[in-house]
Amino acid sequence: MFQAVAIRIARLVATLFVVSLLTFMMTALLPGDPVNAILPPTAPRDQATIDRVRDELGLDDPLPIRYINWAADALRGDLGKSYVTNQTISDTIKDRVPVTAQLAFMAVFIAVIMAVPLGILGAYREGRWQDTSSSAAMQVMLSVPNFVTGIFLIWLFAVKLNWLPSANWSRISDGLVANLKTSILPATALATTQIAIFSRLVRSDMIATLKENYILSARAKGLKDRFILFRHALRPSSLSLVTIIGINFGALLGGTVIIETLFAIPGLGFRLINAISSRDFLAIQGITVFIAFVYVLINALVDILYLVIDPRIRKG
Amino acid sequence: MAAAPQSPRLTEQVSEDPLLVVEDLRTHFKVEAGMVKAVDGVSFTLDRGKTLGIVGESGSGKTVLARSIMRLNVSPNAITTGSVRYNGEELVGKSAKQMQKLWGVEMAMVFQDPMTSLNPLVKVGRQLTEHLRYHLGVSKKEARLNAIELLKSVRIPEPENRFGVYPHEMSGGMRQRVCIASALACGPKMLFADEPTTALDVTVQHQILNLLQKQQEDRFMTMILVTHDLGVVAGRTDDIAVMYAGRMVEKAPTKHLFADMRHPYTEALFRSIPKTSNPKHTRLSAIAGRPPDLINPPPGCKFSPRCPYVQDRCRSEEPQPQPAAAPGHSFSCHFPVGTPESRAAFDANFEAGLPQTLAAAGEIVATEELVETSGAVN
Repeated sequence: MFQAVAIRIARLVATLFVVSLLTFMMTALLPGDPVNAILPPTAPRDQATIDRVRDELGLDDPLPIRYINWAADALRGDLGKSYVTNQTISDTIKDRVPVTAQLAFMAVFIAVIMAVPLGILGAYREGRWQDTSSSAAMQVMLSVPNFVTGIFLIWLFAVKLNWLPSANWSRISDGLVANLKTSILPATALATTQIAIFSRLVRSDMIATLKENYILSARAKGLKDRFILFRHALRPSSLSLVTIIGINFGALLGGTVIIETLFAIPGLGFRLINAISSRDFLAIQGITVFIAFVYVLINALVDILYLVIDPRIRKG
Repeated sequence: MAAAPQSPRLTEQVSEDPLLVVEDLRTHFKVEAGMVKAVDGVSFTLDRGKTLGIVGESGSGKTVLARSIMRLNVSPNAITTGSVRYNGEELVGKSAKQMQKLWGVEMAMVFQDPMTSLNPLVKVGRQLTEHLRYHLGVSKKEARLNAIELLKSVRIPEPENRFGVYPHEMSGGMRQRVCIASALACGPKMLFADEPTTALDVTVQHQILNLLQKQQEDRFMTMILVTHDLGVVAGRTDDIAVMYAGRMVEKAPTKHLFADMRHPYTEALFRSIPKTSNPKHTRLSAIAGRPPDLINPPPGCKFSPRCPYVQDRCRSEEPQPQPAAAPGHSFSCHFPVGTPESRAAFDANFEAGLPQTLAAAGEIVATEELVETSGAVN
């Protein structure tokens, strides 16, 4: 077990090295003087400013040295400072990540608690009305883009019923209820496609599991169907679900842009879009490296979770 | 010893009625091509504490029969009719939910493949005790003691240490012992063993069979042992039923069956047991042809296309079960083995060059191709 975890951590470090190198090269590979790219289009371009930026970023050093310096800073949490907003990138991330992470977490949580029972039901009642009707509903949820769902939710709960606000994010520090009121709609909008994906996955894996001999022998012991489904069949049917949860959680961290824009949420995706439109390269670089880091970390966690789920993998 | 329901049954008033009465049991599977008549009219009774061996080739319906008695056919397209009375209680028509009260507690099953019949992601201990805890409401601690006791009784070394391991950490033979222990956990009155040794090493097979026999005797269980190997049931069962194409073609007390087999299929099965007394490189005697199509079975006797004694009557008129000389011995054949009529039939077929007859006489090698190319003869 220990060795297996160690191997996965070594892999994680290797992946991070490649990812960070590629992101670092983003500014280094830009044509012309990197200072020109790094400075926002609106900033003055006199020699003094250019020299100051060169000096601050150490742009006169050879490329490997620059990478090492940058990586060493990044490891200490220093990703540089935006020349557009004058805020350090790490402050931006610290400020924005809790919002997006909360959204992503809530979306995945809603999706899992909805999708797992739905998937199990579909497999248990394969081919009967419970299965076909939930499959049809999932098909609809999968094909409606989440901003459409978001608009519909705003129309229903904010405009028609006037139960929930349509925008204006409240932080958890402003109180949990206020926070949930502003987060539940965007999280639900994000969750709908995930519900569809997760439940299809659980259903098909579960159908395969229910054909296993050990399910028959569990039945022959006279155990209740519900016990067999949840305590015997669910775990072997959840490996692909765990994989997809990991991938989608990572994707949600950087990909909630549309929903964050729709609900005016000050999240990471929103900030990334701003950075792109204002050509704030250092912010793009810092946020990208951060998202990549989280992505890789989550996938490593998923790998380790396999070991927890399936004891047979532990000897690898 | 914790609350193990092990021996009280011996002191109970043992009823004289048979534990199991099966009448005209049929299980058909609805498939696109038609109805697969996997079990097609089986009747027998089984007394308490007795062991019945069910023997037949793959596809003869023996596994489906065992599962039909236990009402364990999972497939929604299976239709079971007829009657199964267990301890006086009719089982056909009961829902799965009603059967759950009997499964594990009253009747249990040991399956063919121990490598796949234990959940790979659940520790052995829980698989041994979950039904014990659910059915009998035994506490976790007591269940653990019970499970260790069970593991001891199936002769698993260091039972305390095996409680917390996963199935993949055990060998096939060990896993089958765990499966047996799990089946015995709630002290069932009736045990089904469905080819319990087929997936195991030959050296382990005997140990497992001996273990099953010992447990059956110690616990005064009634047992149905399903196998394709007549040799397996030879010394271990009270009765043997031979199945072919979903029917019991011959049933007899074990001793009588081997001394006086009447059905040509039983004879063919018996011949196909390899004997160590044979000289080296003796060709294995196989049964010519294939098991019949269960959707459109041949008219008359289902075995007629492969039978070395076959006559015209066999191809049109289905033989009904008839009693043999010994009590409890019955068979379904127009030309039973050992009669002058069957001898004459065999000789006539031999003269006519019927392939399965030639094969049975050892004149030619029985292969499926031979029977198929000469299919016009039949």
